Amino acid sequence: MSFLTGSRFSRPRRASSESCVRKRLKETVWHFCPQCRCLVARDAWFGAGKACQACGYHARIGSRERMRQLVDVGSFVELNAGLRAQDPLRFVDTRPYVERLREAYDGGRRDEAVLTGTGCIGGIPVALAVMDFDFLGGSMGCVVGERVARLIEHATAHALPLVMVTASGGARMQEGVLSLMQLANTTMAFTRYRACRRLAVAVLTDPTMGGVTASFPSLADVILAEPGARIGFAGRRVIEQILRQSLGADFQVAEALLRDGLIDQIVPRWQLRGELMRLLRLHAPKPVGAGSLALVGTVQ
Amino acid sequence: MNDAYVLPFEWPVVEFEARIAQMRAFAEGQGMDVPEAFEPLDREAAAWRARIFGSLSAGERVQLARHPRRPTARDVIQALSDDFYELRGDRHAMDDPAIVGGIGSFGGVPIVWLGHHKGSDAQDRRHCNSGMPHPEGYRKAIRLMRHAARFNMPLVSLIDTPGAYPGEDAERHNQGGAIANAIVEMASLTVPTVSIVIGEGGSGGALALGVADRMLMLEHAYYSVISPEGCAAILWKSAAKAPFAAQALRLTAEDCHALGVVDEVIQEPPWGAHRDPAASAAFIAEALQRHLSWLLALSRSELLQRRYTKYRTMGSFSEVQE
Repeated sequence: MSFLTGSRFSRPRRASSESCVRKRLKETVWHFCPQCRCLVARDAWFGAGKACQACGYHARIGSRERMRQLVDVGSFVELNAGLRAQDPLRFVDTRPYVERLREAYDGGRRDEAVLTGTGCIGGIPVALAVMDFDFLGGSMGCVVGERVARLIEHATAHALPLVMVTASGGARMQEGVLSLMQLANTTMAFTRYRACRRLAVAVLTDPTMGGVTASFPSLADVILAEPGARIGFAGRRVIEQILRQSLGADFQVAEALLRDGLIDQIVPRWQLRGELMRLLRLHAPKPVGAGSLALVGTVQ
Repeated sequence: MNDAYVLPFEWPVVEFEARIAQMRAFAEGQGMDVPEAFEPLDREAAAWRARIFGSLSAGERVQLARHPRRPTARDVIQALSDDFYELRGDRHAMDDPAIVGGIGSFGGVPIVWLGHHKGSDAQDRRHCNSGMPHPEGYRKAIRLMRHAARFNMPLVSLIDTPGAYPGEDAERHNQGGAIANAIVEMASLTVPTVSIVIGEGGSGGALALGVADRMLMLEHAYYSVISPEGCAAILWKSAAKAPFAAQALRLTAEDCHALGVVDEVIQEPPWGAHRDPAASAAFIAEALQRHLSWLLALSRSELLQRRYTKYRTMGSFSEVQE
């Protein structure tokens, strides 16, 4: 391997020295925040759910990890895990869709852009849907639509509150107009959910764009967002091209949406489970008559 | 016909037809009355046209759907309903001209019309944003849907939009939320609904008016999750690949019918609806009459159940046992 030991390969480069430092940090008790470049105690970094409490940076996390952070230990039961995407259009761009799908499955490490099931949050049973941006950009195809719609039907049948955590680039182009129809599919299920009068909470995380904002998350009773999350319908670049000017740094960012009245609260990741618990408790179904009795008690 | 509106693939035959017309004018100027002499030429021109239109690519079909002379929603409404009474405004912020709506009778029954309006000429098109609604437009649509439910009138929507307007204010006024609310409103309407894609069916902006009991589509219209240009820019990294994207997206009327998204494809007059708007309107009227009278015979609960099943079963996936 003498050709590898030539000066071109053996010369130490700055980038590699930094990654070397990072690698050594990994083995110690410190974590290196990619945004503020501060050293954060590993326990604090993971305790906050892979977020930096100093600068508010939220790292992107997968759906199983998010689910672990939200539900009580051991309470999660996955629903409709067996649904698998097909290639209805036999779509080929620069690569065939089936190839992209196979790569995204990653030998079974991920199975779709959404994970659905039931679990408990602080002892309260809920139905949960968590999207995963790492699976084809969290795009909503037929399986995502069907899993979410079936989850909403399950929640309707069992009168469960609904928690939906989104992270998506929009509808899945490779499934064409059928993925557009998933906006209608999920919304249709939602029309019946509304009749059972249970709380639906949406948590918008970075990024939630396109078709997904035009369906189930926007229909939730309470909409929360993670700090700094980019949320919007049309892409920023598309709008900039049309306006022929650049948009402000806070355009389509959670904080701006809060100002414009589009969302209810911005909740840092390390407080999310607690806030959901509070909301769920406040919306717990009341036995008939119990509400007025409690009120009489406080007046006295 | 104005040269500016000739589509690229039509050029050869349009030139040929212009030559024939020239020759005919010349012959008439000379006092010659020989119609039989032009017969083979006319036949040849018609055969040429039929050849071109019989083998249009998806990209060319999109051009046809975007033809500036194509009948707009307003044209179709006026052709089908002579007593159309327009209602305007979202009762909140503005009246979005990209959405047209009101009441008009069709076949003796008053119905609520709703549609994307692209504009009839260049100035009107600018005014209407080429049929790209703002959130206020969708709120206007919601208001009209509620009107239909309140007065128990069927709702007919005409879809013709490149998509919802991508703008700074549109985003700040909750474009996504407005579309979501229009979809849920239309999905839960207690009256019969029919949607017709008459030109462009551009993504969520189109679907907001398109969750209906019966989905019809004109022969040369398209319906897609994203514009071919947008798709090409993302997947091929070049908007110039739009014709390939149009092919891959399977957005033509026949494809949408084969995928189960559209219930019926409505025939257009030869060589596109813009060639003969009156004939096109007649085809639409015939199909609409048939579907509406069928829907009006259903009970309310059956209507809602059928609509629920229709949209809950749309999609393609496999299920494996774990």
